Amino acid sequence: MTSVVVVSAGLSVPSSTRILADKLGEAVRRSVAARGQEVDVQHVELRPLAHALADHLLTGFPTGDLATSLEQVRRADALVVVTPVFSASYSGLFKTFFDVLEPGTLDGKPVVIAATAGTARHSLALDHALRPLFAHLHAVVVPTGVFAAAEDFGATDDGSLDKRVDRAAAELAALLGNGAGEPAAAPVRRQVADEFAAPTPFEQLLREAGGNAVR
Amino acid sequence: MQIGIFTVGDVTTDPTTGRTPTEYERIKATVAIAKKAEDIGLDVFATGEHHNPPFIASNPTATLAYIGAQTERIILSTATTLITTTDPVLIAEDYAKIQHLTDGRVDLMLGRGNTGPVYPWFGKDIRQGINLAIENYALLRRLWSEDVVDWEGRFRTPLQGYTATPRPLEGVAPFVWHGSIRSPEIAEQAAYYGDGYFHNHIFWPSSHAQQMVQLYRQRFEHYGHGSADQAIVGLGGQIFMRHNSQDAVRDFRPYFDNAPVYGHGPTLEEFTQNTPLTVGSPQQVLEKTLSFREYAGDYQRQLFLVDHAGLPLKTVLEQLDLLGEILPEMRKGFAEGRPAHVPDAPTHASRVAAAGGAKDSTVHAEDTMTGTTDRFQKEEVDA
Repeated sequence: MTSVVVVSAGLSVPSSTRILADKLGEAVRRSVAARGQEVDVQHVELRPLAHALADHLLTGFPTGDLATSLEQVRRADALVVVTPVFSASYSGLFKTFFDVLEPGTLDGKPVVIAATAGTARHSLALDHALRPLFAHLHAVVVPTGVFAAAEDFGATDDGSLDKRVDRAAAELAALLGNGAGEPAAAPVRRQVADEFAAPTPFEQLLREAGGNAVR
Repeated sequence: MQIGIFTVGDVTTDPTTGRTPTEYERIKATVAIAKKAEDIGLDVFATGEHHNPPFIASNPTATLAYIGAQTERIILSTATTLITTTDPVLIAEDYAKIQHLTDGRVDLMLGRGNTGPVYPWFGKDIRQGINLAIENYALLRRLWSEDVVDWEGRFRTPLQGYTATPRPLEGVAPFVWHGSIRSPEIAEQAAYYGDGYFHNHIFWPSSHAQQMVQLYRQRFEHYGHGSADQAIVGLGGQIFMRHNSQDAVRDFRPYFDNAPVYGHGPTLEEFTQNTPLTVGSPQQVLEKTLSFREYAGDYQRQLFLVDHAGLPLKTVLEQLDLLGEILPEMRKGFAEGRPAHVPDAPTHASRVAAAGGAKDSTVHAEDTMTGTTDRFQKEEVDA
């Protein structure tokens, strides 16, 4: 079963960010299923996690639903991430969620980036803010980013938003088709959870300490 | 079961009065708290180590020696000693010296600390935290177990024919605990050597402590030191008591809300639910503390944090009085259902007995070093 998690950071109810997230989630489900893979699409809405995220910044640990959501993201085969554009970039809430992820969580993970804004003039936020962020997190960002301004949801839409959504979803599905279940090409960083599952034997730690490794 | 207190020596403004103690007051208060801990019958007093304001916890060995001179029975320990940035040669000397001065009433807990900038202050690289902990401790063990050490490593200048003095009291080094909140490598290290493992426990949900303790226990057994339930485990705890639990919540809330580390974050109620913090009646503290065994197993050392976040000395001493009142019940509770094969925490006496009795380990050597400065300089000129 291929698992895709859609993270959306809209604040209002209903939010255009969530509408775009739903569109993308559904398109990804169709695209992956069309390739004959079983797929499970889950949504993580950040608004109800805002308090827990602020607490995490201060205490260093996640509580309740935030812990569940972080674990969902960790286990996901791919992500769709959607943020409203605030002050020409991703929102603070959106960034905070990715700030508290364990390092290495997104290593090699396929990601669709998407954003909403009141005006199309913010569309480059995808490429000057989200793409570098996910490059830093070592995710594999699909070529098509999906941006939706208010007008894209209105009557003037010529169906091009849906086309972009479908193209991004197809690109994600193709990546999943290539790599799902196979070991990553590059070594993935070892995380705390890996250490619990299979601790590095102490003899090795001793050798590493005396060698040139950084740990 | 050893029950005690640990402190980080923070100099914090009392949020209810706006008053901040002086360093002098806080240092003296720490001594008063340690003496009180012995008076009420606690087993352990442990001090942390910090090298920056707002803490008075630098030079922990002076503090411990001073307290050792004014107490009779209580075990002096650390929480933690910075194994990363402190020269293992100094640790070997300092704690062996306190062993002699206090007739073996000392052990220590090694940790990497939670202060990033401390590394460069002592010429170390924070990215090497784990490696420093591993190499430095390997050297520390040799300095205590071997009279003459030849050593070469990655992080320290080599040693040739080096003898750390004084030698451990009666030939037995202080017992060592390794403290780590979330680095499995440190639990692995403690398990490998058969040393104690301590989880700070107080800032994070119990599930984290449980995971680390479980790993340590499994690996302790793996390395052949005994069964998993015989591993030596210590836990932190954080308590505030009043006879009436509503009074405890009311009195502690301003300290909680403004506390260093977690203040201005989650509510007291959330934090109480998510972490081992107990704010309430002595009975509630008793119950919650005894419940730690449900996920940590029968363990050996429980240390409480009682003196942080600007709590005035008077309040801290009141807390210790209340802890003293429930201490017999707590000991009884910990003893209940504890299997006979679960050991107590090692002490100097038990370790001497395990080593087959006390032996003097003084190294009587001829002094070939003192007064040689001129000679070395001459050799250098000649060469």
